[in-house]
Amino acid sequence: MLVLAGEVWEKVLAKCLEGAPLEACGLIGGRGGDPAVASRVYPATNAAASARVYTVEPRDLLRADRDEEAAGGELIGVWHSHTHTEAWPSPTDVAAAPDPDWHYLVVSLRDLEPTLRSFRIRDGNIEEEPVVLQ
Amino acid sequence: MVDVRLPTVLRPAAGGSASVSAEGGTVGEVFADLVGRHPALREQLLTPEGELHRHLNVFLNDDDIRYLGKLDTSVGEADTLTLMPAVAGG
Repeated sequence: MLVLAGEVWEKVLAKCLEGAPLEACGLIGGRGGDPAVASRVYPATNAAASARVYTVEPRDLLRADRDEEAAGGELIGVWHSHTHTEAWPSPTDVAAAPDPDWHYLVVSLRDLEPTLRSFRIRDGNIEEEPVVLQ
Repeated sequence: MVDVRLPTVLRPAAGGSASVSAEGGTVGEVFADLVGRHPALREQLLTPEGELHRHLNVFLNDDDIRYLGKLDTSVGEADTLTLMPAVAGG
């Protein structure tokens, strides 16, 4: 289960809408475990500048890692938007998932009402997890 | 010795440590020393051809070594190498 601070979701959603029609992306930081708690958001440049794929700009990743460490937490996941498809990990998301302990948040902007879902991706398998907004 | 910071996903291959020390005057030499100490890191760091793995980001202090000299980038004892997985998807 992933617990999201309300301002985390608001910031993620705002960045996803701002980035459209390209995919937006970034990291979340906080505390791992179950439930994991996402307390901070680190928007990143999509180095791929694409509506279909994303690459977190490496220097944004480094900066987020350092800022999160200074805040006393750790990076626990990544979020990105799907501008024209559902909030479900694509084959590219599964193939590229860098860390089995991370939480993979996908925000779909396909419908009028944006949707957020969170997944664990381990050994190519997708498992959706509950998201609780606080 | 150069300080090398490892992401969580690479730590099991290095005995669980978040940070390890290694010797070398270039990133390539540091990697060779690291792999000598922790052979399981080999395929995580380098391609079979010995190139930097494309799914890995390597920073010399604040700089991405892809924009420096890649594996030939010079390192000194006061430097820190930070390894991070590439974060991407579709």
